[in-house]
Parts: sequence; C-alpha cells; structure tokens
Amino acid sequence: MAKPAKKILNDPRQAVTQMIDGLVLASDGRTRRLPGLDAIVRTDLPADKVALLIGGGSGHEPLFHGFVGQNLGDGAACGQFFAAPAPHIIYEAAKAVHRGKGILFLYGNYAGDNMNFDIAAEMLQDEGIDIRTVRVTDDVAAAPPERTHDRRGIAGDVLMIKIAGAAAATLESLDEVERVARKAVANVRSMGVAVSAGSIPETGKPTFELADDEIEVGMGAHGEAGIARQKLAPADAVADALLERILPDLPFAAGDEVALVLNNLGATTMMEMLVVNRRIRQVLQDRGITVHRTEVGTWLTVQEMAGFSVTLMKLDPELKLYLDMPCHSVGLSRMEAV
Amino acid sequence: MSDAGLGAMDSVAMLQAVARAVIAQVDVLTDADLAIGDGDHGIGMRRGFEAVLTALDTGAPAIDAAFRTTGMAIMANTGGAAGAVFGTLFTAGAKALAGADSVDADGIRRFLAGAQEGVAKRGGVTEGQKTMLDALAHAARAASTAPDLAACLTAAAAGAEAGVAATKSMVATTGKARSLGERSLGHPDPGAISVAIILGAMRDFVSARANDDGGRNG
Repeated sequence: MAKPAKKILNDPRQAVTQMIDGLVLASDGRTRRLPGLDAIVRTDLPADKVALLIGGGSGHEPLFHGFVGQNLGDGAACGQFFAAPAPHIIYEAAKAVHRGKGILFLYGNYAGDNMNFDIAAEMLQDEGIDIRTVRVTDDVAAAPPERTHDRRGIAGDVLMIKIAGAAAATLESLDEVERVARKAVANVRSMGVAVSAGSIPETGKPTFELADDEIEVGMGAHGEAGIARQKLAPADAVADALLERILPDLPFAAGDEVALVLNNLGATTMMEMLVVNRRIRQVLQDRGITVHRTEVGTWLTVQEMAGFSVTLMKLDPELKLYLDMPCHSVGLSRMEAV
Repeated sequence: MSDAGLGAMDSVAMLQAVARAVIAQVDVLTDADLAIGDGDHGIGMRRGFEAVLTALDTGAPAIDAAFRTTGMAIMANTGGAAGAVFGTLFTAGAKALAGADSVDADGIRRFLAGAQEGVAKRGGVTEGQKTMLDALAHAARAASTAPDLAACLTAAAAGAEAGVAATKSMVATTGKARSLGERSLGHPDPGAISVAIILGAMRDFVSARANDDGGRNG
C-alpha cells in the first residue's frame, strides 16, 4: 500500500470548509459563503434573472464552486470529498440565488448528486419554485450511446457551466435556459485517461491502484473503471485512443465546428497536455473538423490524480454565442469572443 | 426473557448504539468501498452517525420522531448517495412507525418494509443491482415470521448478512461501481455491509436488554 500522499492541510476533516473560506476570499468580494453552510453564492447577482445553481462533491477544485461568478454559476452547493452535497445545503443555496424566475440545477450525473439534488428540488417545488434539472453526461466511456442517462459527467462541465451561465444571464425564461442547456449536453462528449490515483485526505488512501507502467483509458474521475487498462503509451497513441471513442459517438463529422477542452486531472504537466493537443488538432484537421475555441487547463481535478480528459462539443451559432460571452470566476475567467 | 416492545427511551438508546457501531466500523467500510468505489463510504457514514449522536434527544421523544431525527441527521451530514439512501432508510422507516408507543416484532417488520420501499423509490433501484437494498430486502424477508422482537431482529440481522454475501456474486448496475461491470464480482457492496452493521447493532441492543431484564426478574 502506498504511503499517504503529502498534502499541506490542517485537520483533513476541516479541509472542505477551510477551502471554501479560501475560495470566497480569492473571489475578492464577488462571492460569499452562506452562514454555517458549505455553499457559496454571488454577491453581485442581478435582481431579475433566471438562476443557475451548480454543485457536487468537493476535492475537484476549481470545479464546481470555483465556477461561481459572472455569466457562470450563480451559486454552488458543495459536498464533502467526492460526495454529493446534502439536500439542505442545495436547498439553502437555491433559495439564496432565486430571483423569482426559477432555477436551473446543473450538475454531473452521479447517483448521489441525482438523489440529493432531487430531494432539494422536491422541497423547493413544494414551495412553488420552478426547478429544472440538466445532468451532465459527457463521459463516453461510462456507458454505450443508447444509455447516455448512465453516463457520468466529467470535464464537459466546463463548457456546460459556461454556456448555461451565459444563457441564464441573457435569456428571459427558465424554459429557454433549460432548452439551451439540453442542446449543449446533447452535443458534448468526453473521455479521459488515468495515469496515477488521487487520494482522499481523510483516509490518505489512493482511490484506485495502477501499476507504475500502466494507464487506464476511460477511467472516471473517482477511479471508476474505464474501458482498457494498458501499458504506458506515447502521447499520440493515447490521444488517438481517446478520439477513436469520442468522434464516432456523437458522431462528429467533416464540416462540424467544435469547442475543445483538455482538462488536467491534477498532476499532469502542461507540457504533456500541449503535446496531446498538437496530436488532437492534427486528427481533427484530417477529419475536416474545425476548432472554434480551445481550453487547455486544470478545472475538474481529483486531488493529485495524474491524467487528463478530452472534451468536444459540437457548436451551432446559438451555442457559440453563449460560449463566447465573457465570464469571471476564480476557476475560469475569459474576455470577449475568440 | 421479556418480550415487551421497546419504548421511546429504549428506542433512543438503541439508535445511539447503532450510531456507535457504525462509527466503530469506519475502516471496514472504507476498505470495502476502496475495492469497488472511491473509498469515502466509511468517513461519510461516520460523519452522519456522529451527527445522529448529537441530534438524538435523550429526553423521551415520540418513537417515530427519534427514527426521523436519526434519518435527518444522516441525510444532512453524510452527503453523497449514502446520505440520501441511509437518511431515507430511517425517515421512511419512521413513517411506518407513526404514532407507535412501542416497537415490537411487528413494528420492526413495518420499519423494514417502509425503509425498503423508501430506499427503492429514492434510489431508483431494485434488488439484484448490488446495493444496500439487497441487504435490506433480505432482512425484511428473514424477519417476516419471527415471533418476538429479539427473534425478529436476530433474523433481520442474519438476513442482512446473507444479503451482503449475495451482493458478492452480483454485478453492479448502478452507482460508481457500475463502470466496473464484471470486475465488481467477488466484492460485497459497502452499503449492504452498513445495513448489516445497523441491524446487527439493533439485535445486540435488544438481546442485551432482554438479558438485563432476565437478570433483574430472575
């Protein structure tokens, strides 16, 4: 058994709540914490908008709570390490962001998130608040195409929150915001590769075991099994393996315009990511697929896990409009259109 | 041996014993979850049941209120799928005990039936999917004919253990273990183990109480 990972923390059981304090401070006054709760909301929320509530387990920073800000999430409900937030946290965060036009719940498709957000949604609907739910299901490794409802949400979250956030800042009705988010989720596909595991600070134990010379293609963000465990391979071969599954799944075809996300799971170097990006662009060009916007960075992490994922979203003029709007948060800030 | 049902004070004491038993097994649950999940089940259950110890009113609340308080504390503090389903186990079970002034064998059967129905509905799961519902369903069936409270909980706890064993030969089709497919074979479901710990602690509490009564009365 590996030694517990080195981490600079205080009491691991206080890590989530102390992280949220630090996150709020890093937002320079643009967010606040709900008193006594692991939830944050914007301080600069416009008075009359459709609300977007995001959330999920902690330990994946900067997602999800780091994506609370202008044209992104209006608030986030935070769980403990890799565990969905409890219903009362979601309920209070939802009440704090509601501005009378209803709330879109946007989160990754995991059993725990689904149940806890559904319980909160039932409580809010009992009070007459309109709640819609869109679950991110971009991980093609998790289930075959006919069972997208069984797919996990991974780094597609980055594009989903950016698009839904901009739509919720722009459109007048919850119906319209929900429609845009559903269109976006129907067009996003991802797959990742794991190189080494992350660990939960409180247990100190890695969430899975991989031999020093092994990688796992398609592994989920919490160590959920992928589609193939294999020997370490060159960047081009790994990039090809991911695209081989992602491209036919939608399918992405010649003439399509896409957004591309390369997400670092935590401990992979930017150099590796950029080498992979080079190969991905070669393949996409060969297939006649145009990249409208590239995001290479660190958003959905799993502590010190090494590995990365590739996300493609097929765009139309409406999705491009929202994707290109400026946004500001601790986790992601972008200027005007590319 | 006394076959009187549990009153409110004893119900609270039993729920406290359940909480202590779950907290004591944190490492067992962590290791079971590391095998087929992400390893947070133990610490999540510990968070939830530590909150149960804080939340339970040792005064003498209504019995259903004690069970509901237990469920709400779990749901608010455990988080994840475990918080939702183990919270529901106790809140749905509490509804089945509404108005009861004691818990006897029939009360335990109502509790298990209510819990099973509530968990199945909340989780959208059926038996055979390698979840805690398998332990709960085995327990409910095993308890169906027991004549008294102690026998009922003995049967329920043994049923839950059988349910845990049964999950070893199941392929997970829901939750984070789903992606493991065949690789989940041979491992018990961590949530099922938690159900067995809970019912085992209820059995132990009632048999210890019966022995105490026997000592006093004899």
